Amino acid sequence: MKVNVKLFAFFREGRFIKEDKELPEGTTTGQVVDDLNIDREEVGVLLLNSRHCKFDKILQEGDIYAIFPVIGGG
Amino acid sequence: MADKIFRVNMTDLSTSIEDVPADWAGHGGRGLTSNIVAAEVPPTCHPLGPDNKLIFAPGLLSGTTASNSGRISAGAKSPLTGTIKESNSGGTSAQRLAKIGCKALIIEGQPQDDGWYSLLVTPEGVTISKEEELVGKGNFAIVEAVEKRFSDKIGILSIGQAGEMLMTGANISVKDPDSHVRSLGRGGLGAVMGSKKIKFIALDAKDGKVELADADAFRAANKVFTKALIDHPVSQALGTYGSNVLVNIINEAGGLPTKNFSSGQFEGHEQISGETMHDLIVERGGKPTHGCHAGCVIKCSQIYNDLKGNYKTSGMEYESIWAMGADCTVDDLDQIAEMDSIMDDIGIDSIETSVAFGVAMEAKVLDFGDSKEMIRILTEEIAKGTALGRVIGNGAGSVGKTYGVIRVPVVKNQAIPAYDPRAIKGIGITYATSTQGADHTMGYTIATEILGVGGTADPLSKEGMVELSRGLQIATAAIDSTGMCLFIAFAALDDETCLPALIDMLNARFGIELTADDVTNLGMSILKTEHAFNIAAGFTNLDDRLPKFFETEPIAPHNAVWDFTGEEIDTFWDF
Repeated sequence: MKVNVKLFAFFREGRFIKEDKELPEGTTTGQVVDDLNIDREEVGVLLLNSRHCKFDKILQEGDIYAIFPVIGGG
Repeated sequence: MADKIFRVNMTDLSTSIEDVPADWAGHGGRGLTSNIVAAEVPPTCHPLGPDNKLIFAPGLLSGTTASNSGRISAGAKSPLTGTIKESNSGGTSAQRLAKIGCKALIIEGQPQDDGWYSLLVTPEGVTISKEEELVGKGNFAIVEAVEKRFSDKIGILSIGQAGEMLMTGANISVKDPDSHVRSLGRGGLGAVMGSKKIKFIALDAKDGKVELADADAFRAANKVFTKALIDHPVSQALGTYGSNVLVNIINEAGGLPTKNFSSGQFEGHEQISGETMHDLIVERGGKPTHGCHAGCVIKCSQIYNDLKGNYKTSGMEYESIWAMGADCTVDDLDQIAEMDSIMDDIGIDSIETSVAFGVAMEAKVLDFGDSKEMIRILTEEIAKGTALGRVIGNGAGSVGKTYGVIRVPVVKNQAIPAYDPRAIKGIGITYATSTQGADHTMGYTIATEILGVGGTADPLSKEGMVELSRGLQIATAAIDSTGMCLFIAFAALDDETCLPALIDMLNARFGIELTADDVTNLGMSILKTEHAFNIAAGFTNLDDRLPKFFETEPIAPHNAVWDFTGEEIDTFWDF
């Protein structure tokens, strides 16, 4: 299945801004983070189709999946 | 030397130095400005008339070595909202005022003549002078001239053309350590200063110093506090990308108000994002990391250079970039930086004015995305005070009324900033109930709803949002009294050593024994004092509401509407 993965802030360094990834059925949000060699401790927010999620969510065909480090502002 | 109250009467041009009344002794920053406004300003007065007062107060810790303690508060009755108002800013003025020994500067009355004045504040008192040279000038010329007249160490509070012309979007500008300006924005305090006919206030601390009751304890606490700030990952991201790191995440979450609040996502988000801005700054030899005041360890500001590598602007915030960018559908950071610089010079609020542009675009006064026309209007209409310039310079509500627009994003006539309350509901409670009109900084629920700092909350659910906003509004009122930058809150929410260290510093500064409960009580009492002023000024619970269109127009991508009932909102004040 195809999932659009987006990275932000310093997670982009040495990786990518966004990519369509071909993933096996049943891949979880956490597995994508691990496959990108991103430390789960550094993850601040995961947004799957614009909704917050955790590492255990199973991805679906056509999902848009955004991975952010801990960030803030205001 | 004990801190004093410095008072200036612009009606008879007299000045005095007074002892601090016992009721005000424990207050600083916002707590002090709001208590003085509540005690001395008739709530029903005209904000631009002689009965309003303009108050400046450094925070309780300003002027000390405490990290991030350089925020100054300004207070008055707001000409934009008609409510009580406190605005705070970085720059050098808080530290200068504290070292002068000035706990608060109260400016009252109104000159009888048409002339302009300046004030010089030193440890000896205030001198009032006639001002002619700088009348009609912008803030950049003022800073240059005033530094020449005195020295480059002088602190400066000034108004540009917007404040002179009493526009309700006008800021008071604050010189920063690089002789650029920061802004006491939102609520039109620049117009109040203009109504007192004061073009600038120069602050000369001479060799004044802030005394500490227990210097060793203070130093030890500051060390713990500073470590908590530096270690927090949000501080690190702020130092790299600035607050503009939020464009992408708020867009991704579907809460980035776009095209005058008609959508929650902006196609051009990447072009105006913190990531893009960081890369441009580095490429052009600017500084991605920059502090707005001495002693800041977070350094969320930046030096943004133009295409040729020359200085253009600094301190561009997410909310300003959002307002000029997504809300007006401008996807060019250089155009945004140009407008940011012009607004700093004119001394006009970059949120209010840009949201006003968005409403004007909806009214077809200009096209969405037409940044060239925005720049022309800023320089040729607003700075010169034409009829159109005044309509826009008086804010989003003014534009909406003038052109008959229904989709006008304001609460208590103040423009709603960069987070859509339909898709991020907790912040809507803050907009509705804030004592000062729509203002995200009054209770920044985004931290919890979107960023996962200080816990988590589902931004599309109403559950727990009133309590979340209340808790944060109480804490914010207390933080705004200390002189601390609000960005200490990220560390304070997550690191259990942070807040106790802050309280230890307050105790070591004044030789007192505050507890965490005292700080919470301080925040509650400030909110209640401000709320009581507003009620006496004629506001009711029915003013604590969002504009109707939020209830009737679903916003993409979540197709969410604002669905809090009035009764639910009103429970905010149950404390």
